[in-house]
Amino acid sequence: MNTARTLATAARVLRQLTHDPRTIALMLLVPVVLITLLRFVFDGSPAVFDATGASLLGIFPLVTMFLVTSIATLRERTSGTLERLFTMPIGKGDLIAGYALAFAALAAVQAALATATALWLLDLTVTGSPWLLLLVALLDALLGTALGLFVSAFAASEFQAVQFMPAVIFPQLLLCGLFTPRDRMHPALEAVSDVLPMSYAVDGMNEVLRHTDATADFLRDVLIVAGCALLGLALGAATLRRRTP
Amino acid sequence: MMNKTRPAVPATGPAIQAKALTAVRGTRTVLRGLGFSVPPGRITGLLGPSGCGKSTLLRAIVGTQARTTGTLTVLGRPAGHPALRDRIGYVTQAPSVYDDLTVRQNLDYFAAVLHPGRAHRATRATAVDRALADVDLSDRADALAGNLSGGQRSRVSLAVALLGTPELLVLDEPTVGLDPVLRRDLWDLFHRLAADRGTTILVSSHVMDEAERCHRLLLMRDGRLLADDTPENLRRDHGAPTVEAAFLHLVDTANTQATAAAPAPVQEPR
Repeated sequence: MNTARTLATAARVLRQLTHDPRTIALMLLVPVVLITLLRFVFDGSPAVFDATGASLLGIFPLVTMFLVTSIATLRERTSGTLERLFTMPIGKGDLIAGYALAFAALAAVQAALATATALWLLDLTVTGSPWLLLLVALLDALLGTALGLFVSAFAASEFQAVQFMPAVIFPQLLLCGLFTPRDRMHPALEAVSDVLPMSYAVDGMNEVLRHTDATADFLRDVLIVAGCALLGLALGAATLRRRTP
Repeated sequence: MMNKTRPAVPATGPAIQAKALTAVRGTRTVLRGLGFSVPPGRITGLLGPSGCGKSTLLRAIVGTQARTTGTLTVLGRPAGHPALRDRIGYVTQAPSVYDDLTVRQNLDYFAAVLHPGRAHRATRATAVDRALADVDLSDRADALAGNLSGGQRSRVSLAVALLGTPELLVLDEPTVGLDPVLRRDLWDLFHRLAADRGTTILVSSHVMDEAERCHRLLLMRDGRLLADDTPENLRRDHGAPTVEAAFLHLVDTANTQATAAAPAPVQEPR
């Protein structure tokens, strides 16, 4: 690992995005619009908005970063720049960490905007600190980056990469406790949800929703999400090959 | 230049040496037991029809080709050795640059990969400016790579390969789709690089008239080497006016030998 190469990679990824202002606008504004939409969908039942709103603040960054990373990595593969980089003195870890860093920075802005809108404009009632919400959102973004990086290894085209979103993200969305508490699912599904990282992302958000301080459960959730993100990044790095057929 | 201890290639030793080099892609054997050597500081042309295995051979040399067997030594080390990564410049057939970055931003990034850190900021700036001047793109430095013409994009790709002053430059069909003036300019650049910077250049092409501009030629067909010689010797040995005619003569001879060696078709007994 080389910090300078990692930072140069992160700066390059962000620089690429600055030439694509529409993508940045979509990434930053869509979560704000959706959370606003949700607020007025549950206009008559603010308690439901509190419960699902907090969870969604964690899910948005995960989904966005998953999509952005899988497409960005796929582009790097298909444009030949990955092959070129791998003939140069850059480590896989430098490249992956560069990507993770760039997208985490973007996710921080995205999560800050969505959280601020939800808390101060839409009156989302959260017992705990907004900083803890942001922390979970950031880790979720990292998890999304890691998952996106990993699945992009199995996608040969943009079409396939986009299809991995319903394949990888939707089941987690259904089982994470957003629609119904996990302990009320069929025991088999509950067991499955116990091993899916998004469940812990949502659990973590719910802990912040209900408790003033960072509880032991919150710490466990955060550590699990962070661990899964790191594992995903490591697996993603392992799927990058200097020599290809 | 950076003050790194680099294992100097002996002036007499080959820059690239292959023995029984074989590569398999899928179920197809693309390279079939190649043996050759590339002299340092010279331009070696790798010529042959499309699909004969040129790109696979180049990828093996830069260390990105999986499933190769045999011996392949590049600048005194096995191909793909980590110590070679800042000594080789590689230009893929399709320009491999970021379309959503400007020309300069592309070069800045790859320069940062080669010479990372604040300490090398001046080195990088010099390298980027020189590479831009080498490929004659200084006036397009702030244009988005994606907005450039095909020929300009492939020159950006070449500029990236020139950044680290590589000892070996591996170019996969760098002149495809370029107009005659640009092609001549690029070949002039290759000759300057070999003469002034002592760069070893291995350049592939399927256009035979480019063969005349090389110091040495490797002629390939169906994953095998047909010839490894200078353009002059090839023309003389085959009594041909051009390298193209010599290549065709070689192919015809190889075909005749193959037909003669094959057993005559036997009638199936009924």
